[in-house]
Amino acid sequence: MTARLRVPDTARPGDIVEVRLLIQHDMETGFRRDMQGRAVPMNVITEVRARYGESEVFRAELGSGVSANPYLAFPVRALKTGEIRIEWVDSAGVRGGVSAVLNVA
Amino acid sequence: MKHHCEYSLFALVCLALPVFAQANPPQSGRDFQGKETRALEADEFANPGMLWVEQGAKLWREARGAAGKSCADCHGDAKQSMRGVAASYPKADANGIPPGRRVLSLDQRINACVESRQAARAFAWESRELLSLSAFISHQSKGLPIKVDITGSAAAAYARGKALYFQRIGQMNLACTHCHDQNWGKTLLAEPVSQGQPDGWPAYRLEWQTLGSLQRRLRACFFGVRAEQPAFGSDDLVALELYLAKRAEGLPIAAPGVRR
Amino acid sequence: MAGVEGAGVRRRSVLRAMAVIPALANIRNATAQNFLPPQDLRPFIDKLTGGAVVKTGKVTMDMPAIAENGNSIPFILRVASPMTAADHVKSVHVFAPRNPRPLVAAFHFGPHAPRAEVSTRVRLAGTQKVIAIAAMADGSFWSGETPIVVTAAACLDEALG
Repeated sequence: MTARLRVPDTARPGDIVEVRLLIQHDMETGFRRDMQGRAVPMNVITEVRARYGESEVFRAELGSGVSANPYLAFPVRALKTGEIRIEWVDSAGVRGGVSAVLNVA
Repeated sequence: MKHHCEYSLFALVCLALPVFAQANPPQSGRDFQGKETRALEADEFANPGMLWVEQGAKLWREARGAAGKSCADCHGDAKQSMRGVAASYPKADANGIPPGRRVLSLDQRINACVESRQAARAFAWESRELLSLSAFISHQSKGLPIKVDITGSAAAAYARGKALYFQRIGQMNLACTHCHDQNWGKTLLAEPVSQGQPDGWPAYRLEWQTLGSLQRRLRACFFGVRAEQPAFGSDDLVALELYLAKRAEGLPIAAPGVRR
Repeated sequence: MAGVEGAGVRRRSVLRAMAVIPALANIRNATAQNFLPPQDLRPFIDKLTGGAVVKTGKVTMDMPAIAENGNSIPFILRVASPMTAADHVKSVHVFAPRNPRPLVAAFHFGPHAPRAEVSTRVRLAGTQKVIAIAAMADGSFWSGETPIVVTAAACLDEALG
């Protein structure tokens, strides 16, 4: 699973920065059929968690109403240099993760 | 006198042919999308096609097949070696891979390398791997104008593609030209009809919810007019791609595009 | 006589044609999975609020007025809140009543969230009003709704479903 995560290279303490995330996932609704007419089973990313250092800063529960290859962006307040770590799991139990360091100075 | 008459008749027929609203200068398919779709294409981070480009960059460096070679082992840094390459496809391959083959689309050229240089099994049409590599390679030509060679062994394919473009097909009895030369800019239900330019392909299509090749898009047009769809990689689709590329000359490559 | 008989044939043809119409309507219903009527959200909302009053306000959604494809619509959600320890947004649930599964997503904000704001892309099965309900730290609930028109594709495609 390919994913993209973007945070600014550097921030000053107290800055509000945007965390942007894009995950390659079909977000299969369970309502589609393949070219042979067979139902494609539902499989979506059900949960995305974002941690900044030790604390959880954002969590999303997703369903079939979220677009394929889901995009999420949310603001975080820069406190000190630390890792922004994103983890997710889909209906099939497949886990993924991506991280980036937010430099605060 | 008889000859004279024939020439006059010929001239008359020429004049009677409708003057097509030629796509000149060619205009990217991007310009026919809604504001939000254009914004998504322009957003280098959020453009979902970039996921395929990123995966293609990884595949580029991965050894594959009995030869144990990666694309990079022969071609080095794609930033230099692949710059402008996609803008020149489809192309009659000078190296003769595979031997005797005429004009190849970029996808076919990738698979020719996979089979002959890597000694690996060719990627399936529209597979994630093939789309990733073609998106990655096409992206290296971003901003460079399309310019294809239609001389020599490509001449026949070009002529075939052009004939197909103007050939009425399907239950709707429409040719490509009827929508994409004569009626571009007008709307079909709520959607503006584009010029059918290939600059943004492979593209992420919202309708498909995935990246897809130009051939998949062309096949969808065949379906739309209720015509029999040529197979992926068929000479007809490659010829049509070549005609479209020639028709689009000068338009900068903008892959991966985003289309509704 | 021939004329009368002709009229009879026409009448029968018309009757036969009319008999076909309900059958066609059934086919349409079978294929029109994307065009469900809006569902009653009360059970979903009651589960969320435990029956508490939901006030209107504080929650806004930014979407195009008209979406050219229902599969991927840019969506920005904002809740007006100072986001302090005492006064902040705990979660926001987004509902699309015409989607086969009305709950689109739920977002939870942590202690460092400087604003209750999230941007994503959503699937909407047809023209509808999207509703979002925010749960606040003080136990109150606030809601906002935004109408959107979703247009159908003009060109058929080989893809099924």
